[in-house]
Parts: sequence; C-alpha cells; structure tokens
Amino acid sequence: MSDIEFSHVQTAHCESGVISNIFRHYGLHISEPMAFGIGAGIFFGHLPFIKVNGVPGTTYRIWPGAIFQRVCKRMGVKMQSQNFSTPEKAMLELDRVLEQGTPVGMLSSVYYLPYLPAAYRFHFNAHNILAFGKNGDNYQISDPVMDHTTEIDPKSLAEARFAKGFPAPKGKMYYALSVPEQVSLQKPIKQGIDQSCHYMLKLRLPMFGVSGIRYLAKRLKHYPEKVGERKAVLYLGNIIRMQEEIGTGGAGFRFMYAAFLQEAANLLKKDELGVLSQDLTRVGDLWRNFAFNAGRVCKNRAVNNVSYGELSEMLMQCAAEEELVFKRLSKVKL
Amino acid sequence: MKKEEVPQDGNKMLGGTFKQLFYATDDEGKYVPVTSVGWEPENVAMQQAWEEVHARVEKARQQVLSGEISPISYYMEKNIMDLALLASYVSKFQWQVKRHMKPAVFKNLSERTLQRYAAAFKITVDELKHIKE
Repeated sequence: MSDIEFSHVQTAHCESGVISNIFRHYGLHISEPMAFGIGAGIFFGHLPFIKVNGVPGTTYRIWPGAIFQRVCKRMGVKMQSQNFSTPEKAMLELDRVLEQGTPVGMLSSVYYLPYLPAAYRFHFNAHNILAFGKNGDNYQISDPVMDHTTEIDPKSLAEARFAKGFPAPKGKMYYALSVPEQVSLQKPIKQGIDQSCHYMLKLRLPMFGVSGIRYLAKRLKHYPEKVGERKAVLYLGNIIRMQEEIGTGGAGFRFMYAAFLQEAANLLKKDELGVLSQDLTRVGDLWRNFAFNAGRVCKNRAVNNVSYGELSEMLMQCAAEEELVFKRLSKVKL
Repeated sequence: MKKEEVPQDGNKMLGGTFKQLFYATDDEGKYVPVTSVGWEPENVAMQQAWEEVHARVEKARQQVLSGEISPISYYMEKNIMDLALLASYVSKFQWQVKRHMKPAVFKNLSERTLQRYAAAFKITVDELKHIKE
C-alpha cells in the first residue's frame, strides 16, 4: 500500500477544507476562505417543511457539493466523481485509487465516524473527508475539521459512506485528474462574488437568501404559540447549532466570507472589498449576538413571548445589514 | 469577531480535546484562523439536543417495558433515527415499520426481518428482543 505524503491543514468547514487540502497536495495553494468565496458558499435558507430529527432545517451555506463543483469549474480543475451501488464496489475502487497515491475525497455520515467526539455524532450525511493512504487495513484520514490526521477501520468507513437518509452519500468519492499549477484568481473571484450576490438577493423564493432570514424571523416570533415552548426551544437550539456547530455543518460562515473578501481585496487591489469585509464582519458579530441571546433563551427556557419577539427583531436586523452588504458588493466593479 | 473574542468555553461533552477553527481578526484587522474549544450558546444547544434524545429514549424504554410498543421503537430512538431513516435502513415502507412497532406484530416477525432490524441497530437479535431493564 502506498503511503503518500499528505499535508493536512485544519479548516472551519469540511467542504471548502477538503478542496483546499486536495488542491494543496497538487501544488495549487488556495486558502479555505478563498475556496469558499470562489465556490459562492455563503447562503441562507430556512426550510420549515424539511425536518431534520423533527426540527425545521436552517442552513447558512449553499447545498452540499455545490462549492466543490463551482470551485473546480472556475479554477479549471478536472475531478472524477462517482457513486456506487454496493459498499464492496465502493471500497475496492477506493483502494485502487489510493494505491496510485491519489488522495480521495468522500461523502460520509458523521454518525459513523468513530474518531469524532460522540456529542457531534448525529445522522448528518454530508460530511466531507479525505483518505490519503492505508495503514494495514485501516484508512488514513484527513478530516478537515480535525487538527490532526486520523485513521478509520474499513467497516466504519463503509458504514459512513453508505449511510441512509437525506442526502444518502451512496459511497460518493472524488479525486483530482488534473490540477493546474497556476491559476489567475481574478475571474473565479468575480464569478463567485456575482453568484453569491445573486443567490443572496435575487432568488424569487421567500425561504432563500436575505428574504429567507426575514422569513425565519417572522416564523420564529410565533414559535412559542405555534409549537409550544418545549419545541420552540428545540427549534431555536437547532438554529444556533446550524450556525455554529461543526457536526451540523455550521462554521461561522459570515466570518469566513469576510475573510475571503479581505483576501480578494488584497489580491485584486480593490479597497472597496476590504471595506465590505469589515462590514460583513460586523454582520457576523450581529449573528453571534443573536446566537448568544438565543442560547440564553434556550438555557432559561424563558416562557414569555417577548424574548422570541426580540430574537426575531435581531434576525430582522441581520437581514437588513446583510442585504446592504451584498447590494454594495454586487455594485463593485471587478 | 476579534481574535481575543473567539470563545473558549470548554465543554465536557467534547472531552476537552476537540478544537474547532474560526476566522477572526487580529489587531490590524487581518483575518487569521483561531481554534476554539467551544462556545456557551452552542454548548447549550447541543446539550439540549442530547437531553431531548435521552428523554425520548427513556420514554420509549418505559413504553416497551409496559408492553405498549415493541423494542424497535426504543432502538430507533436510541440510534437517533426517525421513522423514515429506519425504514430506509431496513428496506421497508414506513407503514410496515410502524406496524412492527406494535408488540403483537413484533412477536410474530420472522427471523430474517428481526435480523435486518438488529443489523440496522448494530445489535444481536437477542438484544433486540430483550431490552435492558
């Protein structure tokens, strides 16, 4: 079995992290925020009709896989991606590709990853990890949210790759076929920013983008009367976890996008982007303030509707500020 | 968020060893990666989600012991699954799984079906039939 050198860097989010780690392996250095920005990862969506463990779904980023696809396309990286009908075939193919010394990205369910803290292990199916070699039967894993590389036994890995539920990973794996060594980032950055602005401002559905934040704000206000205080607290808790918790895919995305804007400002010598980065940082702080207060409501299980009203107001403010940032961002000439 | 403001609220649930990465600004306003051992609101939310799971498991356990439901419900809760997820793991329709949650129906399930459920829960058929008191 080959034992390739792999330089692992811990990142905030699994998808942008895997991208950054794979590309670096091939000598193409882009930071995680840069991958996130080029892939137009920032987003907001609230889907009350899609329940995760009985709680309405909220997301702070684009759907799984999208960042990856877009970054590869915009940077001219050719990837091979495949699904499998059975775990046996999936593991055989993984072995075959690893043997060539190629690091392989995979979709997995955090529930079956024994090396993660037990508290994170809910049935969350869209976690990206990288295998970069084998040690005996075990696979050497670079999980972007971990600060070091780790190992996993073949049985757990097969289970994680073939978890059921939504979205089912179906053994999905992907690896690079060709990676250019030098890419001009100007066009990819522009494309990423344009797309993010479009998704945040222009989607004509109330659940998505800036309107999605307002949509959630309006619904949140009525949680206690609509679903009862017990469930209201759980719903609220889920909003916090989606925003912050790594096991659910949250990772402080507003700050990550602000970091991207800052990097882009320096690269393209565009001071306006730097200013917008600072403004988005303030929006991120607003979100954190919201989460902080929501956490207090959860902790005290405060019964009065006033607190939910106040939280709703805070979200409205997040929406207003975020809308301003993206409107200005959409006007920056790149 | 400034570098110094990155929360470091330790969390027993994560064993104190797991660190999450954040992007925060340094003194010059430049974004840098910073690790964090946890944040109070997130800890509260996570704790609550688990309390909910434990409460549901305990409720299901009591109901199994009093003969209201079959152990399948209990193990479903224990594995943090819902009906849809469990149904897809055992390749059954949701209405079938629901039926199997009735003690009277569960009693007559074939060995093969029981085996499927046991595999989904990663336990033996014997453990499936007899939950711990």
